[in-house]
Amino acid sequence: MIGVLEEITAKALRLNVPLAVQLDITYRCNERCVHCYLDHHDHGEMTTAEILRLIDEMADAGVLTLTLSGGEIFLRKDFFEIVEHARRLSFCVKLKTNALLIGEREAARLRDLAVQEIQVSIYSHRPEVHDAITLVPGSLNRSLSAIRFLKAQKLKVVMANVLMRQNKDDYVAVQDLSDEIGVDFTLDPTITPMMDGDRSILGLGADAHTLREVFRDSAVVGDIDEFCAIPSDSGEVDLDSRPCSAGHTTCYVSPYGDVFPCVQFPLPTGNVRRERFVDIWRHSSQMNEVRSIRLKDLPTCSSCSHAGACTRCPGLAYMEGNMRGPSSQDCEKSFARTGIPSANMLNNKRAGANLVQILPVAAPGNSPAAGAIA
Amino acid sequence: MSSLYISRNPRVAARILDGEMMIMSGRDSSLFTLNRTATILWQWADGVTPLERIVEQRICIEFDVEPEQALQDAETLARELASHEIMQISEEPILQPHSSPGVSR
Repeated sequence: MIGVLEEITAKALRLNVPLAVQLDITYRCNERCVHCYLDHHDHGEMTTAEILRLIDEMADAGVLTLTLSGGEIFLRKDFFEIVEHARRLSFCVKLKTNALLIGEREAARLRDLAVQEIQVSIYSHRPEVHDAITLVPGSLNRSLSAIRFLKAQKLKVVMANVLMRQNKDDYVAVQDLSDEIGVDFTLDPTITPMMDGDRSILGLGADAHTLREVFRDSAVVGDIDEFCAIPSDSGEVDLDSRPCSAGHTTCYVSPYGDVFPCVQFPLPTGNVRRERFVDIWRHSSQMNEVRSIRLKDLPTCSSCSHAGACTRCPGLAYMEGNMRGPSSQDCEKSFARTGIPSANMLNNKRAGANLVQILPVAAPGNSPAAGAIA
Repeated sequence: MSSLYISRNPRVAARILDGEMMIMSGRDSSLFTLNRTATILWQWADGVTPLERIVEQRICIEFDVEPEQALQDAETLARELASHEIMQISEEPILQPHSSPGVSR
């Protein structure tokens, strides 16, 4: 059915309908992953009644796909009540979990509820590496057991591997493991800054050499020549294109009811405890600002040679200080793919070369102050 | 002629968008969209109302079509949707444990 998704997306864009929402139902977690961007304390999660009402509102707004994530979703005692409600309203329900709390009984229940997909984080095939990332001894074996329970119920499972310095040598073996069990595999080299803005965990991200290697592994990227192709002529780039689906057909809701364009785009747009979901979606000035941005509005990226193929994340750019600016992580990925520096990298190089600039000495009485160092 | 009964498969995901139903298969995540006529058929596929009556009372009233031709088209559509496991058809009423997906939303 090629084309149906494009047709639906075009219609949703025209009618301003949020097709997919990620709802984090808790930030509490039974793992303590070293790269996690969340604060795991409960600062006042939505109650069961609030979440069920929100799900009603999302159905009315036209949301089809509801991804439940966290934190660890199975820590909520009302987890199955939430899924049952969503399925009763015909949502396509997807889950993101570490699966530590999934046994045979839970897997069977997820099958009965026709959950579409369950994504489980697996950082390595080696317990000493995976468990050193989750900081929970035995977590790899427990997560793999759960994946086998889910697979036995014929559920669609995706092993999600976050690429970091600690596990950079293991993604091939994790992919092999996923093949052996018969589940899907996805690799993500993105590390997200902490919610409070602390960027220190970005140092855990894979280095440039690793990225270059991964991007030349056909088992990961498919057609290497296509994936690593030199950027095409910038004249062929559609400057009216949208940066990504955040705020256009998708958004994110936190356990406290805050609505953001995306889980990776912490621009507050409203709270469902005070306003209806659809009113935030349609009328929030912040959401509408995000929605108004086109490639031509990005001062650096619109003239970048990578503009047509870059995976620029506006949320990561926002966390760097400007939602219309570049996202350095994506510049690095473009460079690792093609060997060609982005416009942002070139600008930084030029600025770096001129960090210390001695201005001409102004005549007495004139400003700026004589001998100023900019 | 025996009556035919149709019922939505409760394992699919479905939502109405601009009067047309979008449906995601529970079997392989394939996406389908139904036009307005097919959407009406889907919305009234409760498993207990005979297809003939749905066509007569819902399709023929809304659209200016001959009942015989409309019923034939509806049967063809129902069988096609059943082949994708997004609808069930039977010569007996079909009882579902789930409430009706996508009807009220």
